[in-house]
Amino acid sequence: MHAFANPARFLSIARPLTPWLFWPGLALLVAGCLSGLFLTPADYLQGETVRILYIHVPAAWLGMSGWTGIAVAGLVQLVWRHPLAAIAGRAIAAPGALFTAICLITGSIWGRPTWGTWWEWDGRMTSMLVLFFLYLGYMALANASAASGERGGVSRVTAIFGLVGAINIPIINRSVVWWNSLHQGPSITLGGSSIASSMLWPLGLTVLGFSLLFGAIVLMRMRTILAETRIEARLRRMARD
Amino acid sequence: MNPWPFVIAAYALTLLGTAALCIGSWRAMRSAERRAGEMKRDRG
Repeated sequence: MHAFANPARFLSIARPLTPWLFWPGLALLVAGCLSGLFLTPADYLQGETVRILYIHVPAAWLGMSGWTGIAVAGLVQLVWRHPLAAIAGRAIAAPGALFTAICLITGSIWGRPTWGTWWEWDGRMTSMLVLFFLYLGYMALANASAASGERGGVSRVTAIFGLVGAINIPIINRSVVWWNSLHQGPSITLGGSSIASSMLWPLGLTVLGFSLLFGAIVLMRMRTILAETRIEARLRRMARD
Repeated sequence: MNPWPFVIAAYALTLLGTAALCIGSWRAMRSAERRAGEMKRDRG
């Protein structure tokens, strides 16, 4: 892992990898959305609103995966002092927050015609809202660290916040099992799926497409932070000389 | 209740949000890398 600790080596991989993640991700996303909108049948119970599933589920997956990534980056930063870990954590935060917000909004839009309400304070929705606020707190802390001149913009406190916040991820995952909820139980588990295969396949396309796009966005943001760090270092050197 | 306005609103918000983040991240990266390159050239 420390072989990639050198930002120059990381950039030599990230530069060609960014378009290789972005364009296939975009193609899969478009194919999955069009298939989910026009090719799959409507659900016998939920009707046409089931089509929201093809964007809601990937958004939920990326919201939770994003925070898992922040927690792993925080751990790597604290234990191994990997110079890119702080940058990775900071780069993940904004797309993670966006996809958590998309998950909450599309879930709310789906809930109105299906449950008859925009919002319910049950375990799944509340824990997902908590995740969104955790992202906002992480971004505020990371921006404050960056403003105070921390390298990569993530202080030890921010990394610890990322680690502690990860306790919310299993709570989100198990909330529909632990508490009574309007939200349906887990449809896709390691044991299989309760969704008919005729309706399931576009979900694979959108999950993979959004995930590749998420990877491309994180790489772009990491490259931005690295370039800004280089500019700041050069400006400091020029001011000293 | 006609479900299509809800479906279209959900897709539109998702795609607009994702597109805005992609474009914003790409423009910020291009701008930062160009400035870093220019400073390197000026010094060199």
